[in-house]
Amino acid sequence: MPTSIPKEELMAPGHTACHGCGATLAMRYVLKAMGQKTVVSVPASCWAVIPGAMPFRTLDVPMVYTPFAATGASISGLREGLDIQGKTDYNVVGFAGDGGTADIGLQGLSGAMERGHNVFYIMYDNEGYMNTGVQRSGSTPYGAKTTTTPVGKERDFKKENKKIVADMMIAQNVPYVATATIAYPEDLIRKIDHAKAVHGPKFIQILAPCPTGWYYPPEKTIEISRLAVQSRMFPLYEFIQGKFYLNKSFKPVDVSEYVKAQDRFKHLNDDEIDNLRKYVDERWNQLLEWEKIYSEQKE
Amino acid sequence: MKSVTEFKTIMTGNDAVAYGAKLARVKFISAYPITPQTTIVEKLASMIANDELDAKYVEVESEHSALAAVFASELTGVRSYTATSSHGLLYMHEMLHWVSGQRLPIVMSVVNRAIGPPWNIWADQSDTINQRDTGWMQVYSESNQEAMDTIIMGYKIAENSEVMLPLMSMEDAFILSHTSEPVTLRDQDLINEYLPDLDLKFRIDIGNPMGYGSYDTPDGTFMELKKDMVDSMKKAVRVIKDETEKFNQMFDTNYGGLVERYRMDDADYALIAMGTVASTARFVVDKLREKGLNIGLIRIRYFRPFPYDDILEDLKNIKAAGVIDRSVSFGYAGATYSEIVSALYGKINIPVSSFIVGIGGRDVRIEDIEKIADTVRNESSGVYWINVKKVI
Amino acid sequence: MVLVPVSTVSTRNHPTDSWRIQRPTIQYDKCIRCMICWKYCPDNAIEIENGDESAPNERIAKMEYPVINYSFCKGCGICANECPEKCIDMEFEVIE
Repeated sequence: MPTSIPKEELMAPGHTACHGCGATLAMRYVLKAMGQKTVVSVPASCWAVIPGAMPFRTLDVPMVYTPFAATGASISGLREGLDIQGKTDYNVVGFAGDGGTADIGLQGLSGAMERGHNVFYIMYDNEGYMNTGVQRSGSTPYGAKTTTTPVGKERDFKKENKKIVADMMIAQNVPYVATATIAYPEDLIRKIDHAKAVHGPKFIQILAPCPTGWYYPPEKTIEISRLAVQSRMFPLYEFIQGKFYLNKSFKPVDVSEYVKAQDRFKHLNDDEIDNLRKYVDERWNQLLEWEKIYSEQKE
Repeated sequence: MKSVTEFKTIMTGNDAVAYGAKLARVKFISAYPITPQTTIVEKLASMIANDELDAKYVEVESEHSALAAVFASELTGVRSYTATSSHGLLYMHEMLHWVSGQRLPIVMSVVNRAIGPPWNIWADQSDTINQRDTGWMQVYSESNQEAMDTIIMGYKIAENSEVMLPLMSMEDAFILSHTSEPVTLRDQDLINEYLPDLDLKFRIDIGNPMGYGSYDTPDGTFMELKKDMVDSMKKAVRVIKDETEKFNQMFDTNYGGLVERYRMDDADYALIAMGTVASTARFVVDKLREKGLNIGLIRIRYFRPFPYDDILEDLKNIKAAGVIDRSVSFGYAGATYSEIVSALYGKINIPVSSFIVGIGGRDVRIEDIEKIADTVRNESSGVYWINVKKVI
Repeated sequence: MVLVPVSTVSTRNHPTDSWRIQRPTIQYDKCIRCMICWKYCPDNAIEIENGDESAPNERIAKMEYPVINYSFCKGCGICANECPEKCIDMEFEVIE
């Protein structure tokens, strides 16, 4: 039986990711889609630790480690350096976490996308600083408990909504923008194939559930990734050269199903879950609106 | 014998530096504008736009990104270049360590400018002195010609297989960067003979996939990697001397290695300076020699690696020395002074004074250096601020 | 020459079996060879092999089948959780 995703493995076993790590699956799928002619740049993040200490490497493609804020600029330099040598067929891939993208690396990301380098920027979104011990990031959703938004007596969980970098990239008119998640690797790989056909900057935000920081059992990673889409907490969309496609083909579930599967939301009462429900509805309506606006524009 | 096409022209220090980068055949340039560095990268952008230079120029959105982009392009095996000043250099600080730690022989120009607050765009070496411990070689030029030639020599030295450390090449703001002087443009064929193409042994290669800069543990090789950088800095001393001598022979120049000496052979007293202050000091030395004072000048070219052995040799028959710094370490004295007294400690016991001059571009006048010489002649030791107004 | 911080040894030389508390076992006589376990393994510890006799029927017997590489399996349990036939058992490792 043919497998639904490419068999080629460019991420070796033996890495040191946590049990049930979603970010690891994200890398595995991204490399399957990219193929062997790929160079990856990774800032400070879980992925700076997953390959293990020197002298180990876990990718079968070159991987450049950079400081936290340097992903956007480093992929710019890699792309231009390779192009100067005629290596225009190499894929240059930035692979950064949500802290490295939504927070400290946002300026570098925006700059790289604006300059139009022919690069991929993959944001693997585990909704917090998981490598440093589960602190809040701009990409942490409303309601989540983190080590810097502890619930405590004051119910001090994160009160602000998630900053959605992919939406910002659409606002910046990046030629290819998509969201994806690891429960749907076929969709993710198809999106990278679409992105490959675009010459210029490409941005893909991949929701990568994290058992360690979302406080759920490791075997539930795929389930939770799927629930994120079904509950519309993490809608999947594609923005290709000004056209916007929203993925609506899934069995919808209530936000509470997503929330109750993870202990990071355990403390939320019904009113608070309702806040999330409202947020999810509003965002969904906004995305439907975008779909309309962007399709009208192109006709 | 090849025909040599060198020609003399007049240009600013920043233009000279841009021509230095062009002669060094840089392939990738990334920068972010900051006064007084701007005219270097403007010139390079214009050379590329006019097909005079075959390179890619990318203006990024910050200095941190400029050095990150240059780091990455150099890692692909392409000779890369950037330039900055002052706050821009400070913003690069993290990447400075990343470049040297990855052993990338990048050359960067720094136009020395003061650090705020308050804002100040004039000459002051505090910006690069701040970066002393980043693992970069540091050279201070005294003329536009030297600034140009140092870029070329810089790549040759940095890319030496025993060195493999980045190099920053300094000009004092405005005094060199925006002042025109006669400069000889070197012959490209001769430069090509002197400086071969970059051959980065560990460049990115999909046929040999490696991790570049992954984490290392206390029991791994982290400590050894850092020690190797120090060892390479030591080996660089010999390489700098050899490569400078080779350059002198090929281009009929007369650069010192790590230091340059002026009337030191029979001197009783020594002034030590770095950058353009040395030009004024040289003038004062001549003036005082006419009056019968046996005084000489040591101009520090390389602050890293620091010329400890040269200094020991040069000061062995000296009665007293004065170290002139266009920077200050808050809470102590001038940075060069600290290095000099550390070099002398336990070997040569003479009075040495620290003189802080020209902070924030304050003019360093002939009478200031004369005053310094006078203090040195009195064989005193201390820390002196020169030409400071009474404000409170 | 200088020391350069590059990593060259593949983690294929770095077994992670000591991380495992629970051990997945595939019941091949029930396995329909859908490869979902392979697809979702974050440790890349499930390999694809050719043909197997203990298949539920003749058609499936000719198919490629998943084999868990216990040198690398960390026992996260995603495979068992996602298996549509529920034919992967998770059992605690026994230290003898």
